[in-house]
Amino acid sequence: MFNKIGFKLIVAVGLTAIITIGVFAYFNIQRQSNALLAEVERHANQLSETVKSSTRYDMLLNQRDRIDKTIISIGSQTEIRNVRILNKLGEIIYSSHKEDVGKMVDKRAESCYACHEANRPLERLPINKRTRIYRIDPDSSRILGIISPIYNARSCWEAECHAHSKDKTILGVLDVTTTLADVDHEIKRGEIEIVIFALAAIIALSFIIGFLVRRWIDKPVNELLKATDQVGVGNLNYTIKDKGNDELGKLAGSFNVMTQKLSEARMQLFQSDKLASLGRLAAGVAHEINNPLTGVLTYSSFLLKRTQDNPELQEDLKVIVRETKRSREIVKSLLDFARQSVPKKNNVDVNEIIEQAATVVENQLTINHVKLEKKLDHNLPQIIADANQIQQVFINLLVNANDAIGKGGGIITVSASLLSLSPFGVAQIKRAACPKRHDLVDNEFKIEGLPAIKLKAKFNGNEEIIHLDPVYGRRAHQYLEEVDVNKKLNILCPECNTSMNEENSKCPKCGSPLFSIPVPRESNFEACTRVGCDYQHWESVDEAGKKDYVEIKISDTGCGIPQDDVARIFEPFYSTKGQKGTGLGLAVIWGIIDNHNGIIKVESEMGHGTTFVIRLPLKQK
Amino acid sequence: MKWDTELLLLSGYHLSKNREQMSHKGNILVIDDEQVILDAVKKICGSENFDVDESLNAKDALNKLDKKKFDLMFCDIMMPEIDGFKFLDEINHRKIETPVIMTTGYSTVENAVNSLYKGAIDFIPKPFTADELLNSVYRGIKYFEIQKELKESAQLNRDATLIYVACPAKYYRLGYASWVSVENKGTALIGITDLFLKTIESVADIQFLNIEDEIIQGISCIQITCTDGLTHSVLAPVSGRIIEINEELSKNKTIIEKDPYFQGWLYRIIPNDLDYELKHLIPCSSDRI
Repeated sequence: MFNKIGFKLIVAVGLTAIITIGVFAYFNIQRQSNALLAEVERHANQLSETVKSSTRYDMLLNQRDRIDKTIISIGSQTEIRNVRILNKLGEIIYSSHKEDVGKMVDKRAESCYACHEANRPLERLPINKRTRIYRIDPDSSRILGIISPIYNARSCWEAECHAHSKDKTILGVLDVTTTLADVDHEIKRGEIEIVIFALAAIIALSFIIGFLVRRWIDKPVNELLKATDQVGVGNLNYTIKDKGNDELGKLAGSFNVMTQKLSEARMQLFQSDKLASLGRLAAGVAHEINNPLTGVLTYSSFLLKRTQDNPELQEDLKVIVRETKRSREIVKSLLDFARQSVPKKNNVDVNEIIEQAATVVENQLTINHVKLEKKLDHNLPQIIADANQIQQVFINLLVNANDAIGKGGGIITVSASLLSLSPFGVAQIKRAACPKRHDLVDNEFKIEGLPAIKLKAKFNGNEEIIHLDPVYGRRAHQYLEEVDVNKKLNILCPECNTSMNEENSKCPKCGSPLFSIPVPRESNFEACTRVGCDYQHWESVDEAGKKDYVEIKISDTGCGIPQDDVARIFEPFYSTKGQKGTGLGLAVIWGIIDNHNGIIKVESEMGHGTTFVIRLPLKQK
Repeated sequence: MKWDTELLLLSGYHLSKNREQMSHKGNILVIDDEQVILDAVKKICGSENFDVDESLNAKDALNKLDKKKFDLMFCDIMMPEIDGFKFLDEINHRKIETPVIMTTGYSTVENAVNSLYKGAIDFIPKPFTADELLNSVYRGIKYFEIQKELKESAQLNRDATLIYVACPAKYYRLGYASWVSVENKGTALIGITDLFLKTIESVADIQFLNIEDEIIQGISCIQITCTDGLTHSVLAPVSGRIIEINEELSKNKTIIEKDPYFQGWLYRIIPNDLDYELKHLIPCSSDRI
């Protein structure tokens, strides 16, 4: 609980709130009590001025009784504690407390020290120095005293009683003391109110922050933790739902992408593992099957040689030899597929291959009452392909379609047409060399099944191997580490460190320098050095314009393939036919089409049928 | 079943009547751990008047070689105990000059190239037809004859080039059949050796691959049909992409026999991995020592 990030955040924010609100409250109390005191002071000052002016006339007439009465009546007000008039010698002449009259006041007493602090008494006392606040004993309320000197004036020495000589400046002092009990009470109440307010604010703030932290941080972080645990135990299909649009939401998003990529990588690993075992299997099968096949082929071909005068026999033997040769090609293609070798290509007519494939499966289709509709474009140009392999592809797909339809009957449609596709997003860099002719194609590292372009990138003094997506315009590049999208890379050859940056040419999109990779027999492939910029330019490919493909579609009205299976049907040993199939057919097909630089896709709808789309390039680059 | 008896009679006739002629044509030792292969080779080569001896393993074959001289051997690679490669090593070690044709059911490029590098004169992947076997056997026999002729002319201090022209010093060869010559601009020329042409009849036709096609070291890259109707495949010495085909040669097939090393080249290619593949080829300079 104490280690939780939410708790830590609440404590941090709470402490900050306590300090700020505390400091604010302290100064607020200070200011308020000062204001109140100032008000009381002003009031007391006014009062002493009033006393002075109301007794002045009586003093001039020396009406001591009247002065006495005035002072007593003023002093009887509740707030006023004492009103006294002292003469120059410190003797109390008048007082609201009768018993004090005639007593002497020490010069060090509270009411005197403002003037008598220094040895020589001050003659003029500034107003702010006249007040003093003190307590008689620690338990009593505070007392505010204000002294008001009574200055000598012409009327004083010219008065009838002429008690004061002309050369004196100060004749005496009026001393008024008031109690501050009310004010102190007021201040206390203010203090309590502010403290209560501050506490309430701190508690409310903590609760709000706690709530928000729980909502914005705790929940998504817990969700992430849960997801990490799931991935930790191998569940790579776990995705984080309802992620927000803040940083944690983005983190959850990238987490999802990461698990997805991981799952794909695992799948690929799985597949390549399967391919490796398939390779071993193929090698074993090839060796074992080729020996008996040699027996069949040698004897049958030998008989064919020796029975040239027997045409009837020749026909039959030719079938044996031809079919054995076909078996030889099948075993060889199995080995070739396992080793991903290059097909034997010639100029071939796709329509012709389709017709041949159709003849082979005709019987099977008739048994199932399946009608084969051919929509062939008879003006199709020839393509360069391995006729045997392509025929194998068509036969396999037709047999699959027939199986999908089953005994109930249906229609298989085969169409072949010409198609033009723009090179952007399709064309592949198959060869690349640095200016010193070091090969840059990395067959060990594949991006979506195609060998990537291996480069060294330099930025901030770091050197890093990066893998460029070989497909023009696709940009599924692979960096070892995350690279800032605004980084500008210095692209080097991993072998000889020759820089391929072109400082003189600027990216037309963002103005950063370009790098340029020499592609043998094509113009240089140019791209922006800024990681986040999508500018790519491949002049010769762009100039060549759209590339022509022959598109072959094989559709059936069969049962369709479940969505989950669609993604996996090209994997080796993945069979939807149970015991009936080896699970190799479509994997081999995929390998063949890939070796022809073609594309194979599948679209399927449950209950309505499946369509395989194959695109084979017209001109092999 | 008429043909069967006819055939048996026919082979019996050859076996009995032409025994003397047969030994002139050559005696062959077949080594394979599969009896059906031994029988097939025996039958096919026997029908062409070759004297065929068989061994089910390499040890037995070596014993036979101690007692008898053969004109040609036909040997499987994958055999128990001593495999085909070890057998080749042993042949070289014992300085037995009989040429060897290798075969295997596991016909990988590596096996083909390795066989030829270890001194085999040919490689036929299983399964093969009777004609494929016979073509190779006839070439092998011819090869052995040429080697004998060469030895005799050396003893008589005659010019060896009268028999055949060895390939130029800077060239590399795969077995004795195909050569590669590296050009300065990163391309390479490939062609057929004079020795190979001497083991076959006159060239009647050449079936080229197409420009842009990939050729693979150890896999057939061209087919040559001779005036006797036999078609011979030649294995590519290196892998690469064909960028040019010798137009002159396709117009005039006789150039290859007149000048097999210069005007008679077959393809100009961009090699895939020349440095690696050259390690499995024999430098022609070594022929002159």
